[in-house]
Amino acid sequence: MQLARIIGNVVATRKDASLHGHKLLVLEPLTPERKPTGNLLVAVDSVGAGVGEEVFFVRGREASFPFLPDQVSADASVIGIVDYWSFDRASLSVPRRQGR
Amino acid sequence: MILANIVGTVVATRKDERLVGSKLLVVQPINPKGRPKGNQFVAVDTVDAGFGETVLIVTGSSARMAADLKDRPVDAAIVGIVDSIEVED
Repeated sequence: MQLARIIGNVVATRKDASLHGHKLLVLEPLTPERKPTGNLLVAVDSVGAGVGEEVFFVRGREASFPFLPDQVSADASVIGIVDYWSFDRASLSVPRRQGR
Repeated sequence: MILANIVGTVVATRKDERLVGSKLLVVQPINPKGRPKGNQFVAVDTVDAGFGETVLIVTGSSARMAADLKDRPVDAAIVGIVDSIEVED
């Protein structure tokens, strides 16, 4: 899973039947230091999250699991709203600089 | 899921028999702010999308959960036509 901030939403009236009634959120993946990382993506909401909240999401086949037994066609879903997170800054890998 | 614009179509008479009857479209991924991002690829259309529309795409094995695609060899499916996108700046 990955941390992300919800920065928007998508409205699509014509869509696959399995997505009807589901909220589509625009996510900005974050590093533990809250720096944006990677591409923005669209994810299905399964926990009632809203714009501005920090969440974590799952990708791939497992993204459809929160909705089972309904077969929802999703490859990314928000599965948790973060209260807080902590991490050891010294343990984060430092990007290799050229020439070192 | 990702957002993309429909930029073309693919016609393939000889193909896997499970793809017969599937509409294949060429899509250009865009970021939620509208700018093209990444390589174009081919996706199966399940919502009757047309050229120039912005759509929602599922990739990977979840693409097979879209309507009628359960046993078809697809890894990208168009699952929605986007009405609007709101992104804070």
